[in-house]
Amino acid sequence: MLTVKNLTKVFGGFTAVSSVDFSVEKGEILGLIGPNGSGKSTIFNMLSGVHFPTTGSINFNNQELSGLFPHVICNMGIGRTFQIPRPFKRLSILENAALAGYFGNNQKISKSKAWSHAEEALELVGLKDIANDDVATLGAAGLKKLELAKALATKPNLLLADESLGGLDHSEMEQAAQMLKNIRDELDITIIWVEHIMGVLMKVVDRVMVLDSGQKIAEGSPIEITQNKKVIEVYLGSDADEISEAAKGKG
Amino acid sequence: MNNKYFIGFLAIVLCLLPLIGVQGYPLHIVITILIWSFAYTGWSIMGRFGLVSLGHGAFMAMGGYITALLWNYLGMSPWIGIPIALIITGLLALIVAYPCFKFRIVGHYFALVTLALSEVVRQVIIATRDYTGGSLGYTPEPHGEGWSIYAIQFPDDRIVFLYIAVFTWLIGIIVWRMVDGSMSRYALEAISEDEDASSAVGVQVTREKLKITILSAVMTAFAGALYCQYQMFISPDTIGGVGISLQIVFAVVVGGIYSSLGPTVGAIITLFLAEILRVSIGTATVNLTENLTINAAGFPLFIYGIMLIGFIIFLPKGIVGGLSDLLSKKDGQSLDIKSSKAK
Repeated sequence: MLTVKNLTKVFGGFTAVSSVDFSVEKGEILGLIGPNGSGKSTIFNMLSGVHFPTTGSINFNNQELSGLFPHVICNMGIGRTFQIPRPFKRLSILENAALAGYFGNNQKISKSKAWSHAEEALELVGLKDIANDDVATLGAAGLKKLELAKALATKPNLLLADESLGGLDHSEMEQAAQMLKNIRDELDITIIWVEHIMGVLMKVVDRVMVLDSGQKIAEGSPIEITQNKKVIEVYLGSDADEISEAAKGKG
Repeated sequence: MNNKYFIGFLAIVLCLLPLIGVQGYPLHIVITILIWSFAYTGWSIMGRFGLVSLGHGAFMAMGGYITALLWNYLGMSPWIGIPIALIITGLLALIVAYPCFKFRIVGHYFALVTLALSEVVRQVIIATRDYTGGSLGYTPEPHGEGWSIYAIQFPDDRIVFLYIAVFTWLIGIIVWRMVDGSMSRYALEAISEDEDASSAVGVQVTREKLKITILSAVMTAFAGALYCQYQMFISPDTIGGVGISLQIVFAVVVGGIYSSLGPTVGAIITLFLAEILRVSIGTATVNLTENLTINAAGFPLFIYGIMLIGFIIFLPKGIVGGLSDLLSKKDGQSLDIKSSKAK
């Protein structure tokens, strides 16, 4: 579904991402992990069109994405969430999702269809009951859910989820991880998931890719990754055993 | 106060004014208010989304001058001249706004670019004084004696222009309401908060902003053309320049930027204020916008400035917005963003 080749991004003299290759199969959840500054967000920003790659190609369903604008990429079927939620505070929760539902589907659908997409998306994330409230009434967990609902209302084939668990408590994290799993299972949406909370991530993803200093250092199943010496050294550290247990507990 | 029955009723009452004996100066005031209301409504459809333009004086002057110049030099009827003026103004808006939006010139910087536009157009009119009459003003040549539908000139008879003005005003309100009910409105609200997050959900940020800017500029230009046909006299300071641009902002902020009738109320207040100041201070201040230099005639602008500061601090939604908040408060509803949305 998505094939990335030789992806490189240089900011000034700093190489944020260096010759990264990877691919994502339809229906898969790919975890993207690595220390801060390893290039995860830069990759997301290139996939969603915020930054143009310095070199390299991004092929999505046989179409080249590099050089396209964010709204075009969104309309091609790639939805994204932001690490720090960016809701539109002047709109209600439902209006936020409806906006995404209308413009995220190329404005080719009727207004009423856009509103029903929005309602569906809010139902999926569990915000339907408070759909007409102001965004200001939402807490951290609610904002993360709204972020997800906005992305889902655009009816994506591929969802880029950026740290959906940050700032949540333990039960909220489990709930959010389950939600991503449901989105994949029920809506058949492929997911790339950037996350720092390893214990939760490893239980859900099918495959993990590890970045360090802009380079891919490992790729494999959660169990392989948690036992990979290099990954333990640069990222997982002393928590590796615990995370490994979580990975084994999957399925 | 903003519902469509009230607005329809108002339009009918306005049309019936001549039948109940309103004519002469009072009728002139009504027509002037309606034409300015249309210009203000044009500004407010973009201003309400944080696209604060200080260049609408330029668009208004373009509408008036191009129509008059085409008539005087090419004998082109305003029926063709006005559409041409609107197209040229729309193109100018596109040429100025596109780079601004493309390169993310927003907020204060956008206001400054458009402020410069006001002055550029005014200077061009003054510099080409051999053709445009410069700062002394310009008059479309009368087309024979009396009425002419071909030239859209109706001297000595205000009733025809009353109907034209009421119709135009009504169109302005309808456009305002259409924008308000469109999905573009949500997109523009979102864009005014966060352009990146808007484009991430598929909004074409530059295109949405351009659409509303061009619509707004064209409406204002039409008001300029109408003003020219009605007054049969235009000058850079009565329909253009920084003074008019600021007057437009002032009127809309005072009347209410988030209400369909806000610009109309703004027009009523600014016009009466100008007339009162004119009568009480003297004829030196007829052109309240000519007085950006410091002289005794600058007094109205001083009053405007004080009022503007007061309104922005104490009544940011303007008179109409503030009143409807007050009414819904009395009904026991919460006073929040939604009350301003309720139409």
